[in-house]
Amino acid sequence: MPTFEFAGEAYLMKLAAKHALCSGCRVCQLACSLSVFGENNPKMGLLAIEAHFPAPGRYEIKHCTQCGECAAVCPVDAITETDGVYRIDKDVCIACHACVEACPHGVIIVHKGQDVPSKCISCGACVDVCPTGAIYDSDSGEGGR
Amino acid sequence: MRGGYMGKILRVNLTDGTAHSEPTDPEMARDFIGGRGFVQKILYDEVPVGADPLGPDNKVVAAPGPLSGVFMPSSGKVQFGAKSPATGIMGDANMGGHFAVEIKYAGYDAIILEGMGSRPSVVVIDDDRVEIIDGSKYWGKGSSVAEKMIKDDLGEDFQIAVIGPAGENMVNIACVSHDYGRQAGRCGIGAVMGSKKVKAIAVRGSQSVPLADPEGVLEYGKKMFYGCFEKPGFREWTPLGTPGVTPWVNEVGAFPTKNFSTTYFDEHEEIGGEALKERIWLTDKGCFCCPTPCGKYSRTTVGEKSAYVEGPEYETVALLGGNCMLSTIEEVAYANYVCDELGLDTISGGNVIGFALECAERGVITEEQIGRPVKWGDIDSFVYLAEKIARREGIGDILADGVKAASEEFGQGSEKYAIHVKGLEWSGYEARWAPAMMLAYMTCDIGAHHNRAWAITYDVAKGRENTEGKAAKVIELQRIRPSFDLLGCCRLQWVEIGFEFDYYPVMFEAVTGRKITEKELYDATDRVWNLTRTRAFLELPDFGRAADYPPARFYEEPIPTGPAKGKLIKKEQLDEMLDDYYELRGWDENGTPTRETLEELGLEKCIHDLESAKIL
Repeated sequence: MPTFEFAGEAYLMKLAAKHALCSGCRVCQLACSLSVFGENNPKMGLLAIEAHFPAPGRYEIKHCTQCGECAAVCPVDAITETDGVYRIDKDVCIACHACVEACPHGVIIVHKGQDVPSKCISCGACVDVCPTGAIYDSDSGEGGR
Repeated sequence: MRGGYMGKILRVNLTDGTAHSEPTDPEMARDFIGGRGFVQKILYDEVPVGADPLGPDNKVVAAPGPLSGVFMPSSGKVQFGAKSPATGIMGDANMGGHFAVEIKYAGYDAIILEGMGSRPSVVVIDDDRVEIIDGSKYWGKGSSVAEKMIKDDLGEDFQIAVIGPAGENMVNIACVSHDYGRQAGRCGIGAVMGSKKVKAIAVRGSQSVPLADPEGVLEYGKKMFYGCFEKPGFREWTPLGTPGVTPWVNEVGAFPTKNFSTTYFDEHEEIGGEALKERIWLTDKGCFCCPTPCGKYSRTTVGEKSAYVEGPEYETVALLGGNCMLSTIEEVAYANYVCDELGLDTISGGNVIGFALECAERGVITEEQIGRPVKWGDIDSFVYLAEKIARREGIGDILADGVKAASEEFGQGSEKYAIHVKGLEWSGYEARWAPAMMLAYMTCDIGAHHNRAWAITYDVAKGRENTEGKAAKVIELQRIRPSFDLLGCCRLQWVEIGFEFDYYPVMFEAVTGRKITEKELYDATDRVWNLTRTRAFLELPDFGRAADYPPARFYEEPIPTGPAKGKLIKKEQLDEMLDDYYELRGWDENGTPTRETLEELGLEKCIHDLESAKIL
């Protein structure tokens, strides 16, 4: 399974969302999964779309804001911040899943068959292909495409 | 099969309550690709000729395609199929949303429902775990109500395909609904699900779609998305979606109005895309991976009644608006909501109700038979008739069989304005002044449906009186457009924003590892086309040229008003086009596929079956 690296600073984005622009197509989740894990599986994506239907009829994007609450609860300091992005050191992580519980957006995900959780690294794969610019980089724009 | 296919087909037997999976046949994948190809191949092989569409021998097949669920634009189409109770031949209908991809993620290339249950059920598919659970509490509920209840019970992350009361009551024009507003509308597949007592199929999957070249798919998928973003139509077409075409269809005199009696609706500006966007739109609602979401989720209010509803998309605007003369977008959207909840296909529903209104106006059916006065453009009349049809009550029991059967029952010349081909009601383009579009409807393999060949733009560009070259164009479109139905993705990027078809064979190779040319893809569509045609000859004793004509209204009554006033297609023009069409298709003068044509496509079984039936 190939893993795509997005370590260069050029890829780091400050994710933000304009929920009203979201059409619920979930390409963001699939782009994430394929870019980061090399898997064609939106369920592995490190962001989520909540659909509020039939009423009131809107979508809500759940994404990592790099708020650091995951790092704050990690008992072994496996989650550290560099350039505004929190990453999990898989060698240090003890798979207690305290971060999964603590994430206010519910976007730290434990993949099937794995113990160590995964989280968003702000690579911007989702931003790259969002057709409406509902998820965007707030350092370089204001949303919309 | 290196990628794109999940490698398994799920078979659910409602009679004995069992389910098991089988390996996907690699030869079927090679020759029929997937989606509609799988649906029609499985139906041909497994449903016996002469089977009662609403009996235990009929099957419902739901199949995504090899590109469904893959990282590329609009990879979220599933095909539903069954022997149609409306037409007596094999039917199918495609549906967007997120159901196709969930079938893939659950690990399947197709789901087959067979046999017949005795009690209401829901088929629950959770990866490898398949269960048939009691569906009594959902039975009788409207589509969106039942969908919400099932999601509340099983989990929001299940994707649901559900029928409404019309499907339960085995109404021939009943659809399958999903995601609060997406439908597999045509051919009465909902009735077949209802006959099996299956209220819904609920699917959840956790698996990845295998890819032959994951890096290639990522790179090429991005290229495809950006290819769409850069088309002018990406910005111009998307905001209004399909109803944006309403003014144009009126300008060219092709808008179904008052049961297709005329082709221009004076109030069309009140029911088109602009009115929708300004007055009732809440949010765009995209199918899986769609860059140009045509779903326009709305909230409509008519008097004291209010409803959330997806759409209305163009077909609904045409058939509920123009054809039943509902003259505000709020009313059209409300009628749309009523049809969706009842589980009625809006195309056939708008036809049947338009037909009933004309019959009432002409005195072919009486107020006493109907149970109340009904009139054109009246939302209460529309809702009354829709409910009667969906519940098969009174006059609704006759109308529920579709316009063909109803006109045979009513007689008195009503066959002339029962607007269908082969028993399937006509969709949203009137074609008396559009010969290629007329031929497209006449020859569509499931009946009068537009999606195989939307040829009206060709008529407008190349001449609206002449028939030369029209058959060739229709066949070209009948190869390109059904290719999307085989691949499991949407054609709208290609047709609406001009996204090039060349991308798709390249993506197919990155996904599956199999190199395919456009010609090979078109051959696969021809294989399906000849399979369905052969099957129709086997099913119906009088099938042939006579089944390919439109209703007499189109060649006997000149269009009375609007830009197409006075226009009419001549019967001999219909025959000219059919002659050309049959010849180019490699069929005889009655439209029967020849031995040579079937041989070229590798359809030896069709030759054998036609010979056994003494048709060849």
